[in-house]
Amino acid sequence: MSPRQRQIGAIFGLTGPAYLWLAVTIFLPLSAMLYCSVLDTSPLVPQPAHFTLANYAAYFQKSFYWPLTKWSLQLGLWTTLFCFLIGYPAAYALAKKIKGRWREALFLLIVLPFWSNALVRIFSWTMVLRPNGLIDSALHWIFPQAPHLDILFSYPAVVIGLVHSYLPYMILTCYISLQAIDDSLMEAARSLGAAGWTVFRRVILPLSLPGVVSGSVLIFVPVIGSFMEPRILGGPRAVTLGMNIEEQFTVTSNWPLGAALSFTMLGIVLVFFLALYPVLKKRGAWA
Amino acid sequence: MSRAREGLANGAAKVYLAIVLLFLYVPIFTMAAMAFNASPLYELPFKFDLIWFKSLASNERLLRAGTNSLIIAIINTVIATVLGTAASLAFSRYRFRGRTLMQLLLLPPITIPWLVIGTAMLVFFFWVSNVPIIAETCRALLPAAYCAPRSIITILLGHVALSLPYVIIVVSARLADFPRSVEEAAATLGATPWQTFRRVSLPIIAPGMVAAALFAFATSFDQFVISYFLAPPGVTTLPVEIYTAIRKAFTPEINAISTIIIVISMSIMLITARFYKFGGER
Repeated sequence: MSPRQRQIGAIFGLTGPAYLWLAVTIFLPLSAMLYCSVLDTSPLVPQPAHFTLANYAAYFQKSFYWPLTKWSLQLGLWTTLFCFLIGYPAAYALAKKIKGRWREALFLLIVLPFWSNALVRIFSWTMVLRPNGLIDSALHWIFPQAPHLDILFSYPAVVIGLVHSYLPYMILTCYISLQAIDDSLMEAARSLGAAGWTVFRRVILPLSLPGVVSGSVLIFVPVIGSFMEPRILGGPRAVTLGMNIEEQFTVTSNWPLGAALSFTMLGIVLVFFLALYPVLKKRGAWA
Repeated sequence: MSRAREGLANGAAKVYLAIVLLFLYVPIFTMAAMAFNASPLYELPFKFDLIWFKSLASNERLLRAGTNSLIIAIINTVIATVLGTAASLAFSRYRFRGRTLMQLLLLPPITIPWLVIGTAMLVFFFWVSNVPIIAETCRALLPAAYCAPRSIITILLGHVALSLPYVIIVVSARLADFPRSVEEAAATLGATPWQTFRRVSLPIIAPGMVAAALFAFATSFDQFVISYFLAPPGVTTLPVEIYTAIRKAFTPEINAISTIIIVISMSIMLITARFYKFGGER
């Protein structure tokens, strides 16, 4: 065997098993799902299936899906916005104001909850938000006459739970890009006469924008596909596109429709980011 | 900036971070505290009792689900760490056509919502399990329950798929500052490729592999969405069982088991952080 052949053999031998696994469990299933989405009968029904685009057309024809989509998009936007508003200052404080061992410890404390069960964290909010829960009890302890606070099973409850779940993502990505900004750049801007706010707006924010963008993508995409969180915290009135897709697979067993809705959802996310892209590019160039 | 103003800014930064940490931890601590509260309706005032941990000890369903989760997580960790480390070695050693594409292919499992991946797996495994040759081969080798589209086996297939990208990314990061010359020196001195790997490369990448293995364990142990779609009827994994229990009725038993899960997951991540730091210091 020539060295070249041996090298090719080594590459195949080393990467083959991992990528074969990914092919069988990610890429073939996604292709199968795409195929399923253009069938007119569910694979569960023992009948020959034919090609159809009716499942995709259903999304645009039935007015029923629009409010669900709007709900999901709003949920994604609110969650991303609050994660940014809370997370960016935290990342800034951590990267630029705290030093040494404190920074390491605080950083670890912030990312730690992220690695605990997402379901358990959502469940824990029911303890805080329910009537007679932590917030309600605290309120009554201060104002005994106050009416019962009932925010569990509402839209805000879902947003609170999702922000809690995804906040560490935003802090992490913003922290990484803020930490990379050289302090001397900020000093240079200051010595050239820029005020604190100007330094932030013209130097720090543009340079940390990649972190904000990747954090937003990492939050927005999974929130659009969330179904467990609105189901536990949102009550029966809160319905998202993700919950509807889940029902097509677990309750009504209309797999082709569920598959078509999944790809439509991915398409919406893609269109959303393509629409956002020029804005982000312009802001980047503006720096 | 004057020193006084800087001190004030640093103080404000600490106060702000404290508030953020409060937001992150208060619900978790509340949930854990209720596991030790005697009231079955989560009522205050707080009265310490271990009753919910005791009743958990005799809850067959949750215990079986917990054992399943543990077994799946351990097998997942072994498979994902071995396959992922092998792929990372190829990426760090060789420059070849398709290398960048292969690395980009790690992104879909991370970025596509689990809802879509989980349902896609269900559709695909359903079709595959109905192919006569595959179904017959599987039944010849394994009990019928393991050959269904919804089974422990397909859950494991899915968990490894989600863990692999993380393992490859973590081990690759460790390999990035790997001194290649050491390997070459070993080879020049007459070591076989296997000896070079065992005696030279492995000790260097070991901290990265341990960190990756712990990541893989946490990924599997906490995974809910994929398991939910691939769970066969009956007892499956702990998160699926907890979800079913939450949807039926809240009982403090769920708090007790959740507290145990949180303690396990957080301990694993604390250990990982230690290994990751060791990796950076060497």
